[in-house]
Amino acid sequence: MVDGRSLTRRRAGARLWLSLTWLGLLCLAALFAPWVAPKDPLAQDLFLGRLPPFWVTGAEPGYYLGTDSLGRDVLSRIIHGGRVALMVALIAGVATCLLGATLGLLAGFLRGWVDMLVSRFIDIWMAFPPVLFSILLIAVMGPGLWSIILAIVVIDWTRFARVIRAEAMAQGAMDYVASARVAGRGRLGTMVREILPNVLPTVVVLLTLEMGIAVIVEAILSFVNLSISTDDPTWGGMIAEGRTSIHQAWWVLVFPLITLFLTVLAFSQLGEGLKDRFDPVLR
Amino acid sequence: MSFLDIRGLSVRLKKGPALLRRVSLQVQAAEVRGLVGESGAGKSMIGKAVLGILPPSVEVSEGEIFLDGVDLLRMAPSERRRKIGAVAALIPQDPLTALNPSHRIGPQITDRLVDILGWTRARAEARALELLAEVQIPDPARVMRSYPHELSGGMRQRILIASAFAAEPKLIVADEPTTALDVTVQKQILRLIAGMQARHGTALLFVTHDLGVVSKVCQKLSVLYSGLVVEDTSVAEFFTAPRHPYSAALLAATPKYTDPLAGLNPVPDAVIDAVRAEVAAFDRMRHG
Repeated sequence: MVDGRSLTRRRAGARLWLSLTWLGLLCLAALFAPWVAPKDPLAQDLFLGRLPPFWVTGAEPGYYLGTDSLGRDVLSRIIHGGRVALMVALIAGVATCLLGATLGLLAGFLRGWVDMLVSRFIDIWMAFPPVLFSILLIAVMGPGLWSIILAIVVIDWTRFARVIRAEAMAQGAMDYVASARVAGRGRLGTMVREILPNVLPTVVVLLTLEMGIAVIVEAILSFVNLSISTDDPTWGGMIAEGRTSIHQAWWVLVFPLITLFLTVLAFSQLGEGLKDRFDPVLR
Repeated sequence: MSFLDIRGLSVRLKKGPALLRRVSLQVQAAEVRGLVGESGAGKSMIGKAVLGILPPSVEVSEGEIFLDGVDLLRMAPSERRRKIGAVAALIPQDPLTALNPSHRIGPQITDRLVDILGWTRARAEARALELLAEVQIPDPARVMRSYPHELSGGMRQRILIASAFAAEPKLIVADEPTTALDVTVQKQILRLIAGMQARHGTALLFVTHDLGVVSKVCQKLSVLYSGLVVEDTSVAEFFTAPRHPYSAALLAATPKYTDPLAGLNPVPDAVIDAVRAEVAAFDRMRHG
């Protein structure tokens, strides 16, 4: 007899472990990129241009995923590109989360003028077209890692603020909040002790989604050449370069794209997996 | 002076209609007062006003609430909160939303004693175990480590009762504590509350719409209609000789289990019209 619950439980676990494995490998590779990468990601060799990946005839040993039109090793560039991608994901994701979730929590629990202010701010903010807004921002600030991070934070905090505000409002109406108030807990104490733990699972899911989104945004901005300096390899930049030679050397485009796809997928699955695992109500 | 003394309390929606109309009532130490009335009559609103948890859309427009000799409405909010927390507690209506799903039962009872009243953790835990045993929870130590969703509704209501009595409050507001429970569990919970009240000598403000409950638990009774206290009496008197026609009609409307074929006697339209006229007359008098 197979118990249905144990089945879903195992799937949730697999989701968590698979995504953690992929992200862990990526993190290690990015952290130790100079030692892990088989070649120098910037070294050009025009004689070794557009080498195919190792299993295709004509491949050169040592260049596992082939080379681009300038003879740079695709695998090494993906590994080094991971540094930028993960840094943006981590810093931008956490900063966006902190800003948005805090404002949402305050607005949803305290209500009154705080809520008015935050909600109007969100409404106005969301009326700006985000892509134009970020391009404008980077055009003003100049391209660079911190410009991208700032652009992501400035654009995406509303995603957190809206969702967390609604959650905090729903939790605030529960009787246990009234009990805590009667017992003598202050407003901030009630917010931190009673409301925060109950919105935390949602915050975690949003955070991991946001990290995935940050990776995509960084790739998009690299694609349109608004990311960090053009020398450093980025996944978006590689995809942009690969696009021009897709018929001669598909691997230059496809491998960064697969990496990007798997990473974003891993981030979203990590959030779901964590939620399944640690939310006491679902558990 | 009574332990709880509400004098001429009016509550209304901000810039809107009145919800309570000059409500006055007293609860003596160790006394149980019932608050009955239809849905929307303002029963719960009185309890919320006493405990300082009125919704933000509502305001007190006049009146005084003396709790343990001090007027709550004239105190600074933080001071009021401390006073209420020290002498009063709440048994909420719905046990399913009254425990925080993210915390284990133990800390939910003990944290408040430790953080707000300054008890030591050991003393708070001993107290919680003792009270959980008193509300007849089997294996209190295990329940302390459980999350709320692992327990049944009746168990959770018992825990809430234990939690309400934890700091030895002088007054407990019970806001329809049995409404969300099965009829079979209701009776046990009711007996439990009455027993705890008697043993601890706590005053109780018991909000309910069930006159059967009133007859079992309460000594005094306030009957509300549309925020107006239409009758303030002892329970014995209410059941033998209700003075107000609305009270008499409410009493007559209670289904008789001894004669199930008798059918229901809804409150007659004439009585409703009369009590509405009373409310209207009150409002006219107030606005000249």
